Amino acid sequence: MNLVTSLGERTLDVLRSLGHATFFFADLLRATPAAMRRFSLVVRQIHAIGNLSLVIILASGMAVGFVLALQMYYALVTYGATESLGLIVNLSLVRELGPVVAALLFAGRAGTSLTAEIGLMKAGEQIAAMEMMAVDTKSRVLAPRFIGGVVSMPLLAILFSAVGILGAYVVAVLLIGVDAGNFWSIMQARVDVWRDVGNGVVKSIVFGVICTAVALYQGYETQATPEGVAYATTRTVVISSLAVLGMDFVLTALMFSTA
Amino acid sequence: MTKKGIETLVGLFVLLGLAGLVFLSLKAANLGTFGNRDGYTVSARFDNIGGLKSRSPVRSAGVTVGRVTSIVLDSKTYQGVVTMELDRSVLFPRDSSAKILTSGLLGDQYVGIEPGADEKNLAAGAVITQTQSAVVLENLIGQFLFSKAAEGGSNGAGAAAQGVKK
Amino acid sequence: MPNERPTEPDALIDVSNVTFGYDGVRTILEDVTLRFARGKVTSLLGGSGCGKTTLLRLIGGSVAPSGGTVRFDGEVVDARDTQRMFRMRRRMGMLFQFGALFTDLSVFENVAFPLREHTDLPEVFIRDIVLMKLNAVGLRGAAALRISEVSGGMARRIALARAIALDPELIMYDEPFAGLDLISMGVAANLIRTLNDVTGSTSLVVSHDVPECMAISDHVILMANQGRIVAQGTPSELMSSSDPEVRQFVRGEPDGPVKFHYPAPPMAEDFGLRAEAAA
Repeated sequence: MNLVTSLGERTLDVLRSLGHATFFFADLLRATPAAMRRFSLVVRQIHAIGNLSLVIILASGMAVGFVLALQMYYALVTYGATESLGLIVNLSLVRELGPVVAALLFAGRAGTSLTAEIGLMKAGEQIAAMEMMAVDTKSRVLAPRFIGGVVSMPLLAILFSAVGILGAYVVAVLLIGVDAGNFWSIMQARVDVWRDVGNGVVKSIVFGVICTAVALYQGYETQATPEGVAYATTRTVVISSLAVLGMDFVLTALMFSTA
Repeated sequence: MTKKGIETLVGLFVLLGLAGLVFLSLKAANLGTFGNRDGYTVSARFDNIGGLKSRSPVRSAGVTVGRVTSIVLDSKTYQGVVTMELDRSVLFPRDSSAKILTSGLLGDQYVGIEPGADEKNLAAGAVITQTQSAVVLENLIGQFLFSKAAEGGSNGAGAAAQGVKK
Repeated sequence: MPNERPTEPDALIDVSNVTFGYDGVRTILEDVTLRFARGKVTSLLGGSGCGKTTLLRLIGGSVAPSGGTVRFDGEVVDARDTQRMFRMRRRMGMLFQFGALFTDLSVFENVAFPLREHTDLPEVFIRDIVLMKLNAVGLRGAAALRISEVSGGMARRIALARAIALDPELIMYDEPFAGLDLISMGVAANLIRTLNDVTGSTSLVVSHDVPECMAISDHVILMANQGRIVAQGTPSELMSSSDPEVRQFVRGEPDGPVKFHYPAPPMAEDFGLRAEAAA
């Protein structure tokens, strides 16, 4: 009986924290217009979240582009279809790998830093101090970071894809010797701006919302101890990653089902 | 880091992102190849549209001159009505024919327009009357078997072939 | 310099029959009634966990009581009414235990924070006010430092400068003397008293530190578990009290009404000894 009751309790806990998180998210959205009026705060956050993630995003994008070109080449060469290499790399990146991998990297780099920052601010009573000074912490601290994340994520995903394609070009055309003309022209003929690139951007916006909101929530709700903060950063990465992958499946099914 | 410095870097970041978007759209996708120039609409009726889809290309002599905008079934004649938008700068004679062709062996299907000889051109909203439906593989195999059977046995094989034909 | 408690004190803060517990399981405060006189320095003394800091949070509206009311200048402190809390908190300043300074801002920016958030004063005015507040705490020269570069005692003084930036009517101090060396403690005590006298504000000091509090307070309240008030009065009254609880606390005696040993089973049980037959 103990197992059942504890399972039941755990389920109720999960539901309660899900509800709590939803209220948090609603407050966050409500605080967004006020934060937009303090645009310098938002700019500062875009810098902290976006600019400082550029290095890892660009490096990973290029690496993924290299590897994709190589692997796809080995697969296509058996069918004599290597001139479609550009197309395949592009579609893989723009539809899937760009938004998803960039989101996972974002969760790891920017997400954990957000969680730790907010968690430590809470531990050091900075949040309480601000509230005592009658400053709404949701608009001043949380919402600018949220907007910063939602704005940065699509840009990072786009850059990931773009750099990936260029990296693939380097490997495919310059190293392997695939025809450069075909590489670009077949890609240009078959990749649709709205369906492929556009949907990829929509995906990355959704992922940006998810990763940033999860990171902020975990930081805000963490216990004010070193273990608490460490635990919270781990949960940020795990929950963000799972949510991103889950939403990716849903969005892909919605967007790319053959229509 | 000074406030100005941060703002500059963020501006650079956003600019870089937009440049990436432009690159992806123009160089890596089809935005640049078929612009938003005005087009005019024509339609054609087919017995079988095969694998033709909305947004499939319309080509003449291999050059893309338009896009399929919609495909509906005419419930009176049970034909597929394909509406397409053609580039305004390209005009076709009124007796041009439209065929549904396949690019490559197993590639996407498109509408190929072969120009006719009429002096007058297709106007906006006109209907292309000469059409050739898509090739359906099963019908092709059926025809092949039938013709094989017909030439192979004039005696009793003809009767057997009758059974083969759908 | 008041020596006797007025019969009907002009209370800035009125705590009536307040009950509070964080989870509803543990009651931190049980039916507590207190008044804090306007313009005076009042100290709340007591052991850890008796609810002193919780009382500060109730007054500041960070948490809401489960029973009873807290009044600030006649108005009920309702933690759930954000608009009203916004107005009320602008009249309060709070000094947190370790300063709670904003680590991403400089010293100047920290003190300027309330001014920037709540006023539309031009930069020149803000600069002057910030430097004046820093001067009041003796740190005008430290304005350009980053928070990581200041010591603990300095951090507390900067936090004090920030707390008084808007000239609040009520200043609350949460353990202002904890972890400071004697000099810094003296500085802090001096600042609290001087500020109170010079600005006419009301000060509420929560602390363990008996000597410092006795030296600067007009009124002292000694609390025990669940917020039970053991004694209150002027510092001299408490120092000369004959109540054993008061004496133990004020003199720092290790054992008395507050027991040394945490409740435990008899030693014989824990160490596996058999109790000796009663002699």
